[in-house]
Amino acid sequence: MIRLERRPAPSKNWTYLAPLLAVATTMAVGAIMFALLGKDPFLAIKTIFWDPIFSPQFGSYSRPQLLVKAGPLILIAIGLSLGFRAGIWNIGAEGQYIMGALAGAAVALAVYPMELPVLLPLMVIAGALGGWAWAMIPGFLRTMFNTNEILVSLLLVYVAEQILAAASVGFLRNPEGGGFPGSRNLQSYPSAHNAEIIANSGIHWGVVAALISVIAAYVLLQRHILGFHIKLAGEAPRAAKLAGVNPARLILFCMGVSGALAGMAGLFEVAGPAGKVSIDFGAGYGFTAIIVAFLGRLHPVGILLAGLLMALTYIGGELAQLMLSLPAAAIQAFQGMLLFFLLAFDVFSHYRLRLAPGRAA
Amino acid sequence: MNSTDDLLVIDGVTKAYPGVVANSDVSFRIRKGEVHALLGENGAGKSTLVKTIYGLVTPDAGTMTLDGQAYAPAEPSAARQAGVAMVFQHFSLFDALSVAENIALGMETPPKRRVLARQIREVSEAYGLPLSPNRRVGDLSAGERQRVEIVRCLLQNPRLLIMDEPTSVLTPQEVEILFRTLRQLSAEGTAILYISHKLDEIRALCDTATILRHGKVVGDCVPRDTSARDMAEMMVAAKLDTPVKHPGTRGEEVFAVDGLSLPAASQFGTALKDIAFSVRKGEILGIGGVAGNGQDELFAVLSGETRTAPGSVAFQGAPVGRLGPHERRAIGILSAPEERLGHAAAPDMSLADNALMTAALRMKLAPGGWIDWKGVRAYAEKVIKGFDVRTPGAHTAAGALSGGNLQKFVVGREVMQDPALLIVNQPTWGVDAAAAAHIRKALIKLAEEGAALIVISQDLDELMEISDRITAICDGRMVRPRPAQGLTMNDLGLMLGGRDPEEEAVA
Repeated sequence: MIRLERRPAPSKNWTYLAPLLAVATTMAVGAIMFALLGKDPFLAIKTIFWDPIFSPQFGSYSRPQLLVKAGPLILIAIGLSLGFRAGIWNIGAEGQYIMGALAGAAVALAVYPMELPVLLPLMVIAGALGGWAWAMIPGFLRTMFNTNEILVSLLLVYVAEQILAAASVGFLRNPEGGGFPGSRNLQSYPSAHNAEIIANSGIHWGVVAALISVIAAYVLLQRHILGFHIKLAGEAPRAAKLAGVNPARLILFCMGVSGALAGMAGLFEVAGPAGKVSIDFGAGYGFTAIIVAFLGRLHPVGILLAGLLMALTYIGGELAQLMLSLPAAAIQAFQGMLLFFLLAFDVFSHYRLRLAPGRAA
Repeated sequence: MNSTDDLLVIDGVTKAYPGVVANSDVSFRIRKGEVHALLGENGAGKSTLVKTIYGLVTPDAGTMTLDGQAYAPAEPSAARQAGVAMVFQHFSLFDALSVAENIALGMETPPKRRVLARQIREVSEAYGLPLSPNRRVGDLSAGERQRVEIVRCLLQNPRLLIMDEPTSVLTPQEVEILFRTLRQLSAEGTAILYISHKLDEIRALCDTATILRHGKVVGDCVPRDTSARDMAEMMVAAKLDTPVKHPGTRGEEVFAVDGLSLPAASQFGTALKDIAFSVRKGEILGIGGVAGNGQDELFAVLSGETRTAPGSVAFQGAPVGRLGPHERRAIGILSAPEERLGHAAAPDMSLADNALMTAALRMKLAPGGWIDWKGVRAYAEKVIKGFDVRTPGAHTAAGALSGGNLQKFVVGREVMQDPALLIVNQPTWGVDAAAAAHIRKALIKLAEEGAALIVISQDLDELMEISDRITAICDGRMVRPRPAQGLTMNDLGLMLGGRDPEEEAVA
């Protein structure tokens, strides 16, 4: 008989081993799924994990894409991880991402076509404020009325999507666009364009912001009393209260930071790779970032690596759709498996497997 | 040499965990119908041994024989089938369910509700444990809850009943009832393995005792013929000095509670009703009471976790009712709660983290918000050394420590911060004699150095030992504090029931 025995203290080794095993198992089970779909499993795995970086044919295009995709994922996941550590569940980063993009783009479109050197920084601030304000709604409702922030933040995603649609066909629509939905293209508005810092590298200001957020979160969690209180609130809420942590203030801080970072990610995207506000602007980064946060153990460095890995499966997945005509749903299932196996292997950091002898003779 | 008298023979049981040997070659025997005490400090291996007998832990080596048959329970249900039952220190009952429902939940094949209710009544009457099957557990006192657990065990007709620290939540009167029941069971042939730190109880109840130290059996004795002091010294292998309190010079009043009333926070909470008391410099005020009579609510008000009207709590003459725990710490009001895991300490975090938790402000461990990890570790090591906390070091997770060692750490963490007022809830709950003596001595020393102390405890001996004045809380009301000197156990019993012994005497 097999049973689980609780470890006296969580295992350090398993904390690091679980994500690696989850990736390996996802590859194995994914290969079986691809085989069942009638595709060559080895080719499929190679197309997803190897070709985006090393293929001579696609590498030059997909390598920069890796950073373009990883940037917003990391930026959002870092913000979410702070709240998740403290037991505050902001599930609505997608909505905050959209609202940040709208707020930032609106600033640029309001002053168009004036060329201002400070325009992009202003847009970044507006984007952060937009995301922050959207996240404050569930934060405020939670602290005032004890509503569930999971539900409120999630439902606000759909509200944000409606506002995005309204903006694309209404108040932010390009007046010279011949009636088509979508705003002016910010890529052709130099002051507002979040352009690549080094050509063809994929590095734009959003990637830089993501890196800064990783370092800042690391320092906050390791060196600052506020980071310690965030961890303490997650580990033992009553102990945190005894330590003098004000739960309401912590909720507002974590919701606010995660909202602001998601809003900034949205702004960098709308002013850079996406270029304009359009109905299909929301690409699911806000939801995928939840996976990234957990895959990275809610640890800043882990999130950096997990964001890159997740971006790889995105790009590799697109490549596999293109080259092997794998269905998009299969790629999504593949990404979902990653979180599933991670959570499954996570059990072993708190429990050990024991082969117990059978019943007493 | 197996005699037919032996119920359970434990032979060479060994169990090692990474870094610590919990039981090393433990052998002893329990005879049929005897009350057998298992004695030892915290971390001596009592819990592991008992869990082995109850099928919760599989030993690495060694055998057990129950009534002549090899006995190796893989899980508690196997142990129960073999006739071994256990009453845990912590009850596992659902507040919202009735007594009968709770008991049915613990059975493999519960009988029909009406049959079960009749059985519960029969058993509880036969053993002098009055218990109504239809009452909701949330409305029961701690003593009554324990009866539910005992009756649940007795319904299985056990041959061996294991009791882990059963009297820690009982009033003296309830202890008497429990002992009568246990003696009756023993007379009917049920063996009882009795774990307790209260040596006087063991002397009153038990036929023989096995003493564990560092996972090994270091001796056995007949408790009736051995003094409590000798037993304690066998446990710790050292001379033990009981803390002695010098009736210190009491200074001015530092802390006062006046007209404090607070509605119950939840359905199962207790409302505080018009509480008033004060503490002076250098004084220890003991607050007795049976569990669940408002101690937790009162503690939260004193520590600042629950805020009240400003004037109902005053420190050095200034109202502090609106101040939170952090602000109170800044002016010298420190507190150590009862529940170690999750309240006084975060179990999965290191001792260093747990030192930082409440000492950041007063020990200047995070100047300007930036954590001085070197200072944090140094402070944690200082507490570990100063309070003899047995642990590999400050990096150890708090949850990996035994109860007594963690308790020494959380009390030490506050005591070493030089408080003006220290509030402690259950300072030695579930702690062995040596650690308890250590903690009490530290509290007395702190008072002698001029601090004011409020000690909330259900252990009356402890209150008598360390308090200058004693009061009690009953159903959220407090009786008038009285000088500890000259109080009898009978007086205390009346106070726990919410009555004033002096008024009773007059009446």
